[in-house]
Amino acid sequence: MMMPSKSAERGYARSVSLSNKIHIDIPLLLGILTLLSISMMIVYSASGASITMVKAQIIRIGFALMMMFIVAQIPPDTLRRWAYPLFAIGVCLLIATLLFGSSSKGAQRWLDLGITKFQPSESMKLILPIMVAHYITKHPLPPSLKHVMIGFVIVLLPTLLIAKQPDLGTSILIASAGLFVLFLAGMSWKIILSLVAAISAFVPFLWFFLMHGYQRQRVLTFLHPETDPLGSGYHIIQSKIAIGSGGLSGKGWLNGTQSQLEFLPERHTDFIFSVLSEEFGLIGVAILLTIYLFIIGRGLFIAAKAQDPFSRVLAGSITLTFFVYLFVNIGMVSGLLPVVGVPLPLVSYGGTSMVTLLVGFGILMSIHTHRRFNK
Amino acid sequence: MLSSNRSHIRNVTAENNLFIRRAIIAFIGVILLVILLFSNLYQIQIKSHDDYQTRANGNRIKLVPIAPNRGLIFDRNGLILAENRPVHSLELVSEQIKNIKQTVDKIGHLIMLTDDDKKRFFKSVKAHRRYKSIVLKNKLTATQVAKISVNLHALPGVSIEARLKRFYPFGSSLTHVVGYVAKITKKELTRINRNNEEAIYAATRDIGKQGVEKYYQRLLHGTPGHQEVEVNNRGRVIRILSYTPPVHGQDLYLNIDVKLQNKAFKMLAGRRGSVVALDPNNGNVLALVTSPSYDPNLFVHGISSKAYKKLLSRDKPLINRATQGAYPPASTVKPLLALAALEKNIISENSIVYDPGWFKLPNVERKFKDHLAWGHGKVDIYRALEKSCNTYFYDVAYRLGIDNISQFMERFGFGEYTGIDIHEEKSAIMPSRGWKQARYGQPWYIGDTISLGIGQSYWTVTPLQLAKSVAALSVNGQSFSPQLLGASQSENGLIQIPAHPLTPIILKNDDNWRIIHRAMRKVNQSIGGTAYKVFKDADYVSAGKTGTAQVVSLSEDTKYEKDKIKERLRDNAIYIGYAPYEKPEIAISVIIENAGHGGSSAAPIARALFDIHLSKIPRPLHSSIVNAKSPTKTKLSSTL
Repeated sequence: MMMPSKSAERGYARSVSLSNKIHIDIPLLLGILTLLSISMMIVYSASGASITMVKAQIIRIGFALMMMFIVAQIPPDTLRRWAYPLFAIGVCLLIATLLFGSSSKGAQRWLDLGITKFQPSESMKLILPIMVAHYITKHPLPPSLKHVMIGFVIVLLPTLLIAKQPDLGTSILIASAGLFVLFLAGMSWKIILSLVAAISAFVPFLWFFLMHGYQRQRVLTFLHPETDPLGSGYHIIQSKIAIGSGGLSGKGWLNGTQSQLEFLPERHTDFIFSVLSEEFGLIGVAILLTIYLFIIGRGLFIAAKAQDPFSRVLAGSITLTFFVYLFVNIGMVSGLLPVVGVPLPLVSYGGTSMVTLLVGFGILMSIHTHRRFNK
Repeated sequence: MLSSNRSHIRNVTAENNLFIRRAIIAFIGVILLVILLFSNLYQIQIKSHDDYQTRANGNRIKLVPIAPNRGLIFDRNGLILAENRPVHSLELVSEQIKNIKQTVDKIGHLIMLTDDDKKRFFKSVKAHRRYKSIVLKNKLTATQVAKISVNLHALPGVSIEARLKRFYPFGSSLTHVVGYVAKITKKELTRINRNNEEAIYAATRDIGKQGVEKYYQRLLHGTPGHQEVEVNNRGRVIRILSYTPPVHGQDLYLNIDVKLQNKAFKMLAGRRGSVVALDPNNGNVLALVTSPSYDPNLFVHGISSKAYKKLLSRDKPLINRATQGAYPPASTVKPLLALAALEKNIISENSIVYDPGWFKLPNVERKFKDHLAWGHGKVDIYRALEKSCNTYFYDVAYRLGIDNISQFMERFGFGEYTGIDIHEEKSAIMPSRGWKQARYGQPWYIGDTISLGIGQSYWTVTPLQLAKSVAALSVNGQSFSPQLLGASQSENGLIQIPAHPLTPIILKNDDNWRIIHRAMRKVNQSIGGTAYKVFKDADYVSAGKTGTAQVVSLSEDTKYEKDKIKERLRDNAIYIGYAPYEKPEIAISVIIENAGHGGSSAAPIARALFDIHLSKIPRPLHSSIVNAKSPTKTKLSSTL
């Protein structure tokens, strides 16, 4: 045991501040609250000025923020110790979902627990990075080939289980969460390159054997949206019209014709970005992206400041996964990527992803506020 | 205590640096991808903004056409013949109704709903968007409107809508003149598309089907207006952006005099026949009556097949007898035949024919009988017309020959369309050598010519043709196309329709007109004239000619006995005439099928119409009405 240094003492002094005591990171919280305010504004507009929906959203946000505070109180070390049992339970629930889950729209994602419905894949978004981070950082870094391989297996198991439901969006998010851990842990570039090669080789296999008809249709529509303007291309075309007609400064709040007149589908959920673009224009888009970049920057800063490898890679992975959300969502509504069901993080209407995301940020805050300054 | 102490010896600083490197790479990746997103959005929002703006407007802005109100139709006195009346229908918007079945049941307690109404309604509900208004019951009576109206507060989503529908207050007496409107059919739609008139008819439901309604469809229809509206993705109108009002169609003033029309229609009393009255000075159609007729209002709302079947009866009320009925003209052609003979110098005012009761061609045994078995004795042109002596005209026809007859009669418009401004017309037949060869592949026989002398055999005329020829005869050969339309009124003022003169008939000797006029005056005015009894006490002088047309040829020896012959085989009664004698104002033709003698059956109708037309103080056409309606805009041209 070493005596606290002078600088650490100052740090310690700072850590007694209220925010540290209740394990809250103020800059991150401010970024999150800004996004949530934007979310309420856009949901209000996209739902046709429905107070009911905004109320529902506020209740979800309140619940999710509460979860974030609770999780922020749990020291990262505790999470690390729970990694195995959490992972085991998560995988079992995924298998149970495949066997007994209730299905809607051709996908089996929910587990009916009698009192409430539960989506196990959602919790896996956090359990998997915890599990991989724990496994990979047990050993010295950079990880050996063997450990990376085992890491891949850990990533692949839940990813495939979720892809089987099928839920392409979630499996992409989960796979990236796991892979980010491996990347941040220092997985060698050789492996990364061969992984990219392997995935390229895997695509045809995915296309012909694993993807459902509607998923293939989504990709085809993505490539040629104009071929089916009233069918599956409708979403993309209407979304691009909404975004494009917004122009530089937008049509004004509550004045987006594409959204208010309901030409835009899924406007308060997956396509909420189009509503924002239509009503607030490129300026609104720039502001939103800036807030996102700020949150990501803060997340990576927290990761860099973290004291142990587990916290570091976990914080980094959660932050980068957050980026994947927004990249896939904005990419899909603006026609860069095929339509996969990924919401705009912290803005889209809906509870499940909101809770998962805020719990993730709770972990980040926990990592940042449970630091000990006794190096 | 430190977690790293648990594992192997680790290079904490190196691991930390490795992580920082990776995190920086990741952050650079994040920034690059955000730039990619942003530049793509820049492309869409700034570079292609105009294109997407146009498409967004295309999504939301729709043009909704508004049908113009159809022009009204009046008679020459300004009496309304075709008007637009609001018709109330009960409509439901299913979106605003919690339980449609319950609501319909509730309405069923208030007013009678047939099973058909309900069935049609529920079928319609399924076929339309939930916010569309769907008709439950059409043509509500005033009582029904009242019953529903007081209960509307308890019937959310239920409304009473008023639409303008055509109404013909005079019903069947004017059907064949005014015609009617009804729903546009598929065939008519094709024609509209072919003429590139889709835009004009975009909001129109009904179109003129017959008569003036059809002939002047373009004038009556008007110009549609439109609303620019904003719609949502399901096509529901959210708000109105701009409004261009429609321009209602032109009001038409017909030359028809309803008083004459109705009097004639009443006097025909459902018998099969026709009355046509023209103004000889300009071709104005004063009356154009067909009987039996039918109620045009039946067609406006769509006629039931049962009611329609009734109209296909033996009496053929759907046929416009005045313009489409082809009748043998019988003795009514005698004045014109006499005129032709005078013109060709075959006869003169003083030439005399002896009538023994029959006419015989040289070297042929067959006798053509006069209607008096004992004959008229010595007959000149006046006596021949006054008494309608057949033998005289057998002789005239024989001496004129077919070529002279058909050429002369064609100048009076027989065998040709009159050019009246409705589409329902037939040309009937003015026979000639060429016609018979083409029609029957047979040469013309002299016997055929003899029959023409009494207006029988192949010769047929429409009542309108007959009236037109009388009109031309009465004014020394001036001739006009019969015209129903007298004036049209648009926003730009009143436009009088000028008369449409045809080539006048010019004779070598104008005295010949007067000879015929005098002879025809005798028919009405001399004791012993075939129509003397009918006109004897009139306070004007008139001229005319009776006719009695055989419907079936009777064999040579059979005596025609009215009472013993089946009604349908009886002779057609015909009368032509004009009045006043000195300066004719009205020319008329009357044909009554199977009514027997023209003098006793047909002439009284002519007398009645003359009385009405000549007794009234003539007033300038349409002036009173027009002045009252829009005094500032009216440009009255001189009376025709």
